[in-house]
Amino acid sequence: MDSKYRINHLRELEAESIFVIREVVAQFENPCMLFSGGKDSIVMFHLARKAFWPARVPFPLMHIDTGHNFKETLDYRDMLMKETETKLIVRYVQDSIDQGKVVDETGVNASRNILQTTTLLDGIEEMKFDCAMGGGRRDEEKARAKERFFSHRDEFGQWDPKNQRPELWNIFNGRKHMGEHFRVFPISNWTEMDVWQYIMLENIPIPSLYFSHEREVVNRDGTILAAGEFVTLKEGEIPQKRIVRFRTIGDMTCTGAVESKANTLEEIIDEVAATRVTERGGRYDDKRSEAAMEDRKKEGYF
Amino acid sequence: MSEEYNKGYLDMELLRFTTAGSVDDGKSTLIGRLLYDSKAIFEDQMESIERASLKTGDGEVNLALLTDGLRAEREQGITIDVAYRYFATPKRKFIIADTPGHVQYTRNMVTGASTANVALVLIDARNGVIEQTLRHAFIASLLQIPHIIVCINKMDLVEFKEETFEGIKSDFDRIATKLDVHDIRFVPISAKLGDNVVDRSKNMNWYDGPTLLYLLENIHIASDINHNDTRFPVQYVIRPMKDEFHDYRGYAGRIEGGVFKVGDKVKVLPSGLTTKIKSIDVFEGNLEEAFAPQSVALSLEDDIDISRGNLIIKDNGLPRSGQDIDMMICWFHEKPMVLGGKYILKHTTNDMRCVVRDVKYKIDVNTLEHNNEEKRIGINDIAKITIKTTKPLFYDTYNTNRKTGSVILIDEATNNTVAAGMIV
Repeated sequence: MDSKYRINHLRELEAESIFVIREVVAQFENPCMLFSGGKDSIVMFHLARKAFWPARVPFPLMHIDTGHNFKETLDYRDMLMKETETKLIVRYVQDSIDQGKVVDETGVNASRNILQTTTLLDGIEEMKFDCAMGGGRRDEEKARAKERFFSHRDEFGQWDPKNQRPELWNIFNGRKHMGEHFRVFPISNWTEMDVWQYIMLENIPIPSLYFSHEREVVNRDGTILAAGEFVTLKEGEIPQKRIVRFRTIGDMTCTGAVESKANTLEEIIDEVAATRVTERGGRYDDKRSEAAMEDRKKEGYF
Repeated sequence: MSEEYNKGYLDMELLRFTTAGSVDDGKSTLIGRLLYDSKAIFEDQMESIERASLKTGDGEVNLALLTDGLRAEREQGITIDVAYRYFATPKRKFIIADTPGHVQYTRNMVTGASTANVALVLIDARNGVIEQTLRHAFIASLLQIPHIIVCINKMDLVEFKEETFEGIKSDFDRIATKLDVHDIRFVPISAKLGDNVVDRSKNMNWYDGPTLLYLLENIHIASDINHNDTRFPVQYVIRPMKDEFHDYRGYAGRIEGGVFKVGDKVKVLPSGLTTKIKSIDVFEGNLEEAFAPQSVALSLEDDIDISRGNLIIKDNGLPRSGQDIDMMICWFHEKPMVLGGKYILKHTTNDMRCVVRDVKYKIDVNTLEHNNEEKRIGINDIAKITIKTTKPLFYDTYNTNRKTGSVILIDEATNNTVAAGMIV
């Protein structure tokens, strides 16, 4: 066959994701897209814009704000929403705490990461969303490797790994009963490298945190955490200035930085290619136990 | 697009493959080996399996643990479900659909095979071609995976003997004559030691063929897509409601076959109305032509009523149409199929109801024998059935187009996906 009629891996992943996002809008009445301000949700939103161009993205974005976000992420988020005229819904973990639904963790390793699940499920119920798209990727973590594109959740928002619908070809079954909803992962098949290559190929702006910068950090059991108002210092921990960047962006309390001088997308890609630790290796939330992600997913986590 | 290809590492093709084999064949070890030798396994993952290996008391680091995802599976040493793995070399990005090979998991193999370009079939060199091998090869042919690579594993346990390899090869060739497979390759390997997986074996100088990774990197897959018969199932209608695009209507979808060019005369099914392609629109601007598997939006010269589920084609290579359809199915659910029962059928972007009219025969996946009497179809069964749909379906046979020739059946009461169908 004429090599003219072939597309590279990024364009094929793009075509697949656009198909999935369009399928969501066609199959669900009231979908939303979860947006964290991290690179995966930025790429997912970019794909959504492509899927419906020249129309606007026909669903709102929802951000679950832990209150422990990096300022850079929030600034970036607000700028992007304004530029693209997109509706953004923000739901706050602090509100769930104030309502007495969840209790803030205390101590040096306190994180609001798990608390997000309650706020997320409440937000989905309140807004009557029947589908929430997320930027999860199967290469991220063992429990995610078995996730479907269209992932069915029962009326409690829970995921049952033993009772998933088989998914064949590109036929997606989004049928459900009242009160149930779906999580859909349009970039399931992307790897960390694909995401970076695509950001470069498409020239997508990303928060400055991903690039090398000087920051006060503490090194806790091998995880470099940003020293700031949300990270409680252990006895003897003294913040030090380091040249770092972030490979993933989550909460300040659990997102580990890497020491890096990578300042351009090319340098980041070279670094990702050479690195020998997974991006979630720096996530303190995954280190809690071997099945930490599996347990959180069953409860209804992202 | 061509300048992208010049950007070195962006010039990669995507290849999806599935692996069939039981735990004892060393399938997980092979995948672990591919990931490890191609440096897709990271230090923290390695540490994690080292920890887990200690816990289960395996003694040495068990590469198979890399691919056992869920806690329940690790504890029981089994694989429940299809798991997807990723690795890349400078030539290609690979997606592995890793499926358990036991007979009760036929449905998982079918699922993993549905999107694969290549099937890896593993054979334990000590055991040769067994019942299970036939089953794996049959599913690969049923799902029309274009290429099969037979990995004859554990060559180290048969003293790397050429005769063993050749014997198994000719046994497999004999069963392949019963199957609809066209491209079969054989590689003698030792997944445990790494021989002929990524690096060439020093123990088998008699083998002058390519290594497994070389095959995966170089097998020609561009012709796997049907570029002749144009197929564009309409997925969604884009109406911007903005001043500058006031009258714009874009028919969004993924091209499932052929090439569409601006100015092409097209027909819309089921209405049969014809018009011309005015533009092919993507975010970056307009394209002169588009082809499978691209996702685009078509705008048309004439204002005709088109909605989701319609099929846009060019006038040559018409699809079949009808309401009485024969198909091979694999049943997925514990609740058996009901003869005369009604199901929801999903085909491309179409949903409709159908009724199961007849079971023509059931296939014994271990012997490939047809049983014309058996009408009961349960989980993991493969059968040929006839259905009747509530409205005409426009389709291709599965062996001419895997996307427009495939369906799923859904239980109306539970919304579960209960079967996969390949139209014959």
